Amino acid sequence: MIEVRDLHFTYPTGVEALRGINLTVRDGEFLAIMGQNGAGKTTLVKHFNGLLKPTAGEVVIDGVSTRDASVAQIARNVGFVFQNPDHQLFCETVEEEVAFALRNFGFKETAIKNRVDWALNLLDIKRYRETSPFMLSGGERKRVALASVLAWDPKVVILDEPTIGQDHRQKEKLRQFIVQLNAQKKTVIVVTHDVEFVAESNPQVMLMSGGEIVAEGDAREILTDQKLVAQASIVSPEITQILSGLPDLGIQKNVIDVHEATSILLDLLEVAS
Amino acid sequence: MSMFEGFRFRRVSSVVHLLDPRAKFFFVCVLFITAILNSKLPPLILLFFVPLPFVLMAGVQREWIRSMRGALFFAFIIFLFNFLFTYLYTEYPQVPSAPLLERSIAMTLRFLVLVESFSVFFLTTSPDHLGLALEQSHIPYEFCFAFTTAVRFVPVLAEEAQTIMDAQKARGLELERGNFLKRVRNYIPILIPLIVGAIRRSLELAEAMESRAWGASEKRTNLYVLKLKRNDYLLVLISVLMLILAVYVWLYIPIPSLTILLSF
Ligand SMILES: Nc1ncnc2c1ncn2[C@@H]1O[C@H](COP(=O)(O)OP(=O)(O)O)[C@@H](O)[C@H]1O
Ligand SMILES: [Mg+2]
Repeated sequence: MIEVRDLHFTYPTGVEALRGINLTVRDGEFLAIMGQNGAGKTTLVKHFNGLLKPTAGEVVIDGVSTRDASVAQIARNVGFVFQNPDHQLFCETVEEEVAFALRNFGFKETAIKNRVDWALNLLDIKRYRETSPFMLSGGERKRVALASVLAWDPKVVILDEPTIGQDHRQKEKLRQFIVQLNAQKKTVIVVTHDVEFVAESNPQVMLMSGGEIVAEGDAREILTDQKLVAQASIVSPEITQILSGLPDLGIQKNVIDVHEATSILLDLLEVAS
Repeated sequence: MSMFEGFRFRRVSSVVHLLDPRAKFFFVCVLFITAILNSKLPPLILLFFVPLPFVLMAGVQREWIRSMRGALFFAFIIFLFNFLFTYLYTEYPQVPSAPLLERSIAMTLRFLVLVESFSVFFLTTSPDHLGLALEQSHIPYEFCFAFTTAVRFVPVLAEEAQTIMDAQKARGLELERGNFLKRVRNYIPILIPLIVGAIRRSLELAEAMESRAWGASEKRTNLYVLKLKRNDYLLVLISVLMLILAVYVWLYIPIPSLTILLSF
């Protein structure tokens, strides 16, 4: 469980990036943090594994304040996948890359081998075992980065902008993977402003703006609230916009899911004919 | 990375900022030469205080202090090596003798003077000014461009290094762990992505420049032209006097070390 109490953070440059965040992320929760660029999303999640320490307030993970533990200690339970895989890949082979963190955490060689196998399978990159990570495509590099974090099986997985710069197929694959992670009882925290991603995965949503939380709720509640959505500089999913643009036909309008919208519209057609 | 911070230009204006980069650079070079010519502690201590008025006039104390703090690590290494190797390979007497200690401190201070003066130069000179100054010194435009681009990218690289460091720490890398060799090796996971990224970025930059017809015209002119003003001549004059003094002292006046001075 992650508990954030009245968290303030100011960068050495004087930028006040977080202004009083209160939040609890329970075990097994699936949370999406949304908001415009510079809202403080990355700054907030960097507090969850101790990369940043609060200027004021507290972040407590499973009863331990992040002030009292090293990043490596916290990271054992809280995996963090950075936005750009190029910021972490450095080994000669994909296998080495995935084993890197395991070595840091002091796993035994046999355990390392098993876990590397497991992670490579999980992300379907087994055939690249001996390949240099630098030779892979963007989507594949992202998966190597993901494998290198999941390999040590952290309880909590944080993903910063996982869908940026990926083609549609990669994105959908990644989305299903993330949903599945959560289904396997992992706490998943995703930072994103990809509205379609959120609409299709249906997590809890937290909206941030100017270093503060402006709204919390389930995806449908947040994404169909035009005022909130505008405040956070995102747009509702297209399907929501279409439905809310229709005249009053007595149909449900707070819809974010394409399939649900389709059945509503089909019902409407049947009634009409 | 805090040492790089000390070289990051911020757009403010002061007497020092308005000085011609050529005059400032000359001054820094004279400081540099003077520091190299002196190996005794007393003049180096004196030299250390020479750039301070400029730091204060430019109002860049905070950045300057940060860069000096960043240099401390390297200063420590230089001190250690000087101390060890002078002890092992020269006839300096037994450890820990005062002259040996003084020599090591002097060498360290020499390094600090160099960092200090260049830091003041870069903190108060905009990359644009610097490029202009180079061009007007008849250095080929290609070199000027390469130089200003390099300077401009230092803060970008510093920021990237920070992100990479965070990413590797999140994978359990502990930079501070292990003996000296291990600690140096700990930096490999940071250096490789940083270098690969820098190479990739430079290739992209080259393509972007060529697609915008870089180097298409033979003769370039500039909108702004640098001209030496009164303050600049003053600084050059001071620098020349300092240089003459330094060379004169170096040639004809043996400076006693602090240990000898104190033993009187
Ligand atoms: N390393 C840093 N140093 C100084 N300011 C920073 C740094 N990183 C981010 N900021 C500032 O903090 C604010 C929040 O940034 P960030 O958390 O990255 O936002 P988001 O991830 O929501 O786009 C922004 O104003 C940004 O400019
Ligand atoms: Mg961000």
